[in-house]
Amino acid sequence: MAEQTVTPAAAAAPPAEPAPPARSRFRLDGAFFRDNGVYLALVVLVVVNLVITPHFATTGSLRLQLVQVAPIIVVSLGMALVIGTGGIDLSVGAVMAMTAAVIPLYLGYGFIGALLAGLVAGLVSGLLAGTVISRVRVQPIIATLAIMVGGRGIANIVGGEIKSIRNDGFRELGSGSVAGIPWVVLVAVVVIVAVWVLMTRTTFGRYLMAIGGNARAAELAGLPVARVLTTVYVLSGLLAALAGVLLVARNQASDPTRLGQLVELTAITAVVVGGTSLSGGQVRVLGTVAGALLMQLITFTLVAHDITNSVAQMVQAVIVVLAVYAQVGTRMRRRSRA
Amino acid sequence: MPEQPPAATGPAPRTPDPTAAPLLSVHGVVKSFAGVQALRGVDFSLLPGSIHALVGENGAGKSTFIKVLTGVHAADAGEVRFLGEPVSFSRPSDAQDAGISTMYQEINLVPLLTVAQNIYLGREPRRFGLVDTRELNRQAAALVERLGIEVDVRAQLGTLGLGVQQMVALARAVSVDARVVIMDEPTSSLEVREVETLFGVARTLADSGVGLVFVSHRLDELWALCDSVTVLRDGRVVHTGSMQALDRVGLVSLMLGRDASDVEHGGTTDFGESHARSGEPVLDVSGVSVTNRLRDVALTAHPGEVVGLGGLLGSGRSETLKAIYGDLATTSASVTVQGHAVRHGSVGRALRAGIALLSEDRKAEGIIPDLSVRDNIALAVLPRMSRAGFISESRVDALVETFMRRLKIKASSPAQKVRELSGGNQQKVLLARWLATEPKVFLLDEPTRGIDVGAKREVQGLIDELAGQGLAVVLVSSEMDELVEGSDRVVVLHDGSVASELDGDRLTSAQLLRALAGGTPAETTSAGTGGAERG
Repeated sequence: MAEQTVTPAAAAAPPAEPAPPARSRFRLDGAFFRDNGVYLALVVLVVVNLVITPHFATTGSLRLQLVQVAPIIVVSLGMALVIGTGGIDLSVGAVMAMTAAVIPLYLGYGFIGALLAGLVAGLVSGLLAGTVISRVRVQPIIATLAIMVGGRGIANIVGGEIKSIRNDGFRELGSGSVAGIPWVVLVAVVVIVAVWVLMTRTTFGRYLMAIGGNARAAELAGLPVARVLTTVYVLSGLLAALAGVLLVARNQASDPTRLGQLVELTAITAVVVGGTSLSGGQVRVLGTVAGALLMQLITFTLVAHDITNSVAQMVQAVIVVLAVYAQVGTRMRRRSRA
Repeated sequence: MPEQPPAATGPAPRTPDPTAAPLLSVHGVVKSFAGVQALRGVDFSLLPGSIHALVGENGAGKSTFIKVLTGVHAADAGEVRFLGEPVSFSRPSDAQDAGISTMYQEINLVPLLTVAQNIYLGREPRRFGLVDTRELNRQAAALVERLGIEVDVRAQLGTLGLGVQQMVALARAVSVDARVVIMDEPTSSLEVREVETLFGVARTLADSGVGLVFVSHRLDELWALCDSVTVLRDGRVVHTGSMQALDRVGLVSLMLGRDASDVEHGGTTDFGESHARSGEPVLDVSGVSVTNRLRDVALTAHPGEVVGLGGLLGSGRSETLKAIYGDLATTSASVTVQGHAVRHGSVGRALRAGIALLSEDRKAEGIIPDLSVRDNIALAVLPRMSRAGFISESRVDALVETFMRRLKIKASSPAQKVRELSGGNQQKVLLARWLATEPKVFLLDEPTRGIDVGAKREVQGLIDELAGQGLAVVLVSSEMDELVEGSDRVVVLHDGSVASELDGDRLTSAQLLRALAGGTPAETTSAGTGGAERG
């Protein structure tokens, strides 16, 4: 399904007089490829794999793909919210590491206790970043860079060496499933639906887009700009922590030194490839999901055909440049028309 | 009519030698942007040793003209001669290399570098390929001494006062052996004493044969500094001649395009008769002060009344509205709505108390370009349209439909992005946004600027209609017709404080013109109150 923006389609009132033309939704121009390119690329790649990759269309293979991409989708959606405000969150990888570090310490309180402790780590980190950004007005890239570096250090001190997790709850979450669907994938689906509802149905979502689109105008319209910004970073921290929980459960181990490394870049890539502009003002929820799936599938395709991971990384780089070019290109054309 | 052929006007300037060859002579310069003509054939001449005032209201073409002179824009037609030779600069650095320097309103220097480093940035004296710091400081010290600026050239620029920084900017402009220096509102952030020092430096320069072009919206400064003046309006030169030969009223009427004897109602607006004002004031504002901007501004508005707020560029009209709306930090202010005090410094409180502000800058402070017409209209009232944070889309649709019909907003659908609408329709979307908050007081900052004639009349009609329904309106406008015909009463600001108030029979174009120029008895009463009066 093509997603124009997450603005819900309003009941169209017939205009009384001739109005300036709205951009056609189905014209094959640059804007169309910017808005829908990620879905097209995903479909093409799936078809290609059906043809050239043996055993691609087996349940086991698809299941593995989805389980691997689920935590990435969860982090990326938090990143999409932040980018929608015109900000960036470099701290998500460190938050995942802190979550991993905290979980073994609270296993004594059982599965739920350890899970909540892990999420609290993300909440605290997000609250700190959000407050510093919205109240003290430190630039998002600086504030979250500090947490990215410092948080990893905290995780190493608190968690230290790699520890294996022996807990029925985490084992079930990591490798169990209901009705054939892995828990990890179910969690990701719930997050996708929740973020989609947040962006399309709530005042918070509308405020977020307004602030990203024109913060000054939002302020003059009396919107709670600082509160919304803080909340966005808290949500990003919470989702990163949730992704950390999923990975710890899947690995049956906590490795604060390595968990979540470079995840911030993977998440930004998914958001950008999904068609969300880095300048803020819109959040493409389904686009971000497709972006994460696309990057996952590219890596899979290349690795499945014995092409090394280094080459896969280079291909990813090319995709990112193309996605950004599509965005910037259409914006420049629009400007020259105005 | 005030229009005069520019070549045949005015007595010769006092100080400069009128027989000398002009440094700059400009003939018939035309420049348009996307079909809008910014300059329609400008003639201009600058003599050596002259300080020439360039005057005009917003949109008159001053900035465009300066940008043509300095190579930022290329003229579409016409000729610019510099030192007798026809020139056509394609870059600001070309103009600077040739000897035309510009200093801008905002200081374009690097705060972390020293004074000397700033003055010679990009042109440092070198020795063995490295910067010769000793020679740099020596040259800089010699230059500032020659200009009469007291400053240690080794001091870090950012540690100095704004006035000194502006002086350093002037020294930088001069250091390239400039023959022409263009000063674009150099005094707008300076204190009185700093202005005097800057003027001293400017006069020193003029005495050495440099020609200066001076732009300022503080009218008093023009007579204090300049010997000649050129007035631009709508991209044309409407007057050029000696500064001393013009008085304030004459200058202001040239700027606004109104003759002092022109008292006829223009009938160019769509406003109806005056409104019946009733009861107690709904808005009562007093003692509003903002550092360097406003002094003790007071204002009232009754239900059903349109109060005009007049003043020239820089007189503090927008600042007054923003201070009332809680968007500008005030040193003191008392704002009450229907007798209830509104704590200042908070937009949210002002909105809840029933104040709405339509900003002057529609793009920067109004629309959210990528949101739909619908979401832009509903933006400020979403809490009322939602339960537990979930928006009731049907209530939003009903609200949006009502306002789109009432204000005749032309869009393909409510889902169309507001960016794609015309200026007039964007303005109507913003009016709808604020009307949806059901304000008791509506502050309108230039509501008809930059929109087409049809939309303009509709907006003016709407203002009338709203006042008829009992809303109190405060209207800021640079257009005299709009103020005179649209308002029941006009409060005139002058240099950040209330200079006079016109109502009833006294509310005419001629009286307003005089009040805008500052030539009213009210000025003498306010002159003693402010601590920062300028000479």
